[in-house]
Amino acid sequence: MAGPRVGVYLCHCGSNIADKVDMDALREFAAALPDVVVARDYKYMCSDPGQDLIKADIKEHGLERVVVASCSPRMHEPTFKRACLAGGLNPYLMEMANIREQCSWVTTDREAATRKAKALVHSAVNKVRLLEPLQESSVPVEPRVLVVGGGIAGIEAALKIAEAGHKVVLVEREPSIGGNMAKLDKTFPTLDCAACILTPKMVSVAQNPNITLLTYSEVEKVEGFVGNFTVTIRKKARSVDEKLCNGCGTCQEKCPIKVPNEFEEGLGMRKAIYTPFPQAVPNKPVIDRANCTYYKTGKCRVCERFCPPQAIRFDQEDEILTERFGAIIVATGYKLFDPSVAAQWGYGRYDNVITGLQFERLCNASGPTGGKILLKDGREPKAVAILHCVGSRDKNYNEYCSRICCMTSVKFAHLVREKTGAKVYDLYMDMRTFGKQYEEFYNRVVAERDIYFIRGKGAEVMQDPVTGQLLVRVEDTLLGVFREIPVDMVILNAGISPRPDAQEVAQKFGIQRSADGFFLEYHLKLEPMKTANEGVFVAGTCQSPKDIPDTVAQGAGAAAEALKVILLGQVAVTPTTAEVQESLCSGCRVCIPLCPYSAISLDEAKGVAVVNQALCKGCGTCAASCPSGAMRAKHFDNRQLLAQIEGVCADD
Amino acid sequence: MTDETKTPATEWEPKVVAFLCNWCSYTGADLAGISRLKYPANLRIIRVMCSGRVSPAFVLKAFHDGADGVLVGGCHPGDCHYLEGNYKTLKRRLVFERLLEQFGIEPGRLRLEWISGGEGEKFARVATELVKEVRALGPLGSTRERLARADGLTLRAEGGRA
Repeated sequence: MAGPRVGVYLCHCGSNIADKVDMDALREFAAALPDVVVARDYKYMCSDPGQDLIKADIKEHGLERVVVASCSPRMHEPTFKRACLAGGLNPYLMEMANIREQCSWVTTDREAATRKAKALVHSAVNKVRLLEPLQESSVPVEPRVLVVGGGIAGIEAALKIAEAGHKVVLVEREPSIGGNMAKLDKTFPTLDCAACILTPKMVSVAQNPNITLLTYSEVEKVEGFVGNFTVTIRKKARSVDEKLCNGCGTCQEKCPIKVPNEFEEGLGMRKAIYTPFPQAVPNKPVIDRANCTYYKTGKCRVCERFCPPQAIRFDQEDEILTERFGAIIVATGYKLFDPSVAAQWGYGRYDNVITGLQFERLCNASGPTGGKILLKDGREPKAVAILHCVGSRDKNYNEYCSRICCMTSVKFAHLVREKTGAKVYDLYMDMRTFGKQYEEFYNRVVAERDIYFIRGKGAEVMQDPVTGQLLVRVEDTLLGVFREIPVDMVILNAGISPRPDAQEVAQKFGIQRSADGFFLEYHLKLEPMKTANEGVFVAGTCQSPKDIPDTVAQGAGAAAEALKVILLGQVAVTPTTAEVQESLCSGCRVCIPLCPYSAISLDEAKGVAVVNQALCKGCGTCAASCPSGAMRAKHFDNRQLLAQIEGVCADD
Repeated sequence: MTDETKTPATEWEPKVVAFLCNWCSYTGADLAGISRLKYPANLRIIRVMCSGRVSPAFVLKAFHDGADGVLVGGCHPGDCHYLEGNYKTLKRRLVFERLLEQFGIEPGRLRLEWISGGEGEKFARVATELVKEVRALGPLGSTRERLARADGLTLRAEGGRA
């Protein structure tokens, strides 16, 4: 009996594949495979004319199966599925052979690559002959979006969705939204003050009726799939009744306990009951129970005594909320690289060696010095060194460029000159001023007096043990000399690092991380917001180092992605699930405990296993364990995979 | 590495079949390509949705059909797209190992690796190492004949049905 009529389409991908794979030989090989009635190669199969080839052949040659050998199915499987559908063929009767990412791009020898491509095409043809048509079904989508992280990326995403008229829950771990941007003083290249451009957005978040703001809260668990996520959120006890509190601040004045303020990067103090900064949203304090005298000793209660609206609640407990969402945006931001890990920068050892974020706080009018750039002893510095690339572009720490430090360094140089009479030494490896108006800003600062740009990486910061004078050692690579520059203050422009709990967060949301530790996007260039977990999107510096304009753009982009999911109203459910062939099933129950979704149960009357199609996600673990071969993973069944194995092995 | 990527047609060349899960290790293999890393063409990839789908029969089938080595790639523990499929794979490792022992197949011919979608470099390294190791072990040879005789017991049961 003749098998199904197979068409094979081989893509050159311009020269990406054709340079390494002999396309004529591959086509001849494919044409000779069993059941293949037509084999063609084409410059770009994904182009309209390429897809038209498939559609026309389905009709003309009566094709019942299609194999496309091209890039990864992760790239163009949906494209070719659509082409098949348009040509009148069930899209599940198409199989791809990945001869670009997994063949031409990874192989040096043309002959070897051609042989490998043949094996991969053979394998795909073997499988496609055994495929069966499948029908997709769909389920309704929960029309709400969860945004995790209330920095500028999350704020932007939440606002865009809410302004489009859709419901958003914004979860932020800290007592206030604002993120790292709220800590900044002025922002490059316009020198807008960060608060001036951020706080209106923060207030909009609080006021928008479509946004539910959950600060001092964390996502604990994420279950379900695109369109229907069930998320458990822990709303930590603030110890303050948010409805009663009017944000007057009396409690913070009266509280006797002072601890270093995280928001001030350790430079200022806060109380045990506190709002992290004056413009906090919401403007409701929290009690830091680890440092509060009442929680430690059972005594004090000063805040309670003085609170005018009587809003203090010492017995408040964490609330656990379970909410449903159609899409999730992860915008959890970054952590500044910690320069204390290496002794050469002197950070943590010398008083006047500070990070860029600490300098932002010093400059900030609401910061610990009221906006004055001062040394630890209260004097104004006479010379300041700024070091670029601290922890960035460094094989010992982070290999990547943090993208913001050149511009913040130039900005710092300008601010030092504006606020003090100090000389500035800016130590750079390369000056990267890539954004709109960035080069112009740099040119403007270069022309300022008493700023010395020295091309070289700050190698070491030392301190004279007697005079306390700081000394920065650098190789001036333009002059070809080593220099030791005496300064009073060193600003280490530490780079952007993934947050320390990035791995835990990635696992919670079912997303992955790239080698640098940031969250992995679906495609570096074309899908920067999507992740491998459909319906979960990323935005901002949790995905890669970015400046504010790029972060805002990605936040808005993620909002568009999330809106796309919830506005469609329906989400397709994969038909590639498992099913039981009842005549083969002995009812042994091996599969039942293996299913991660508890989708399998025993039909007591028939004595056979049954798969709940709505719960099954098609991993196929049950099928791999079924001793009688009764459990079948559709589209990846035993016959199909065994035939594929034969194909990859049979290339001699 | 350059030695491994060249394959002169005259000499015996090892064959390695890799079963990779769609979400992590297959993506990692794609990233190796996107990063233009090189590894021997001797390794050929079959995509499964989850490493938990890889039945012992597939491993035997690969050796039976001419593979000299097999790689099973899944997500890192805790990262599985299907919550815990990779833990099932980890448990199944014992079955794999015992099966290989019974057929007299050296344990070095089968490798289980956790490779994330961000680990293109790791994928290329594992592929290169495994091909090198399998090359050192030499062709599977007479073991393959033993597998062929066992065909009726193991592979047909799976291959014949479903």
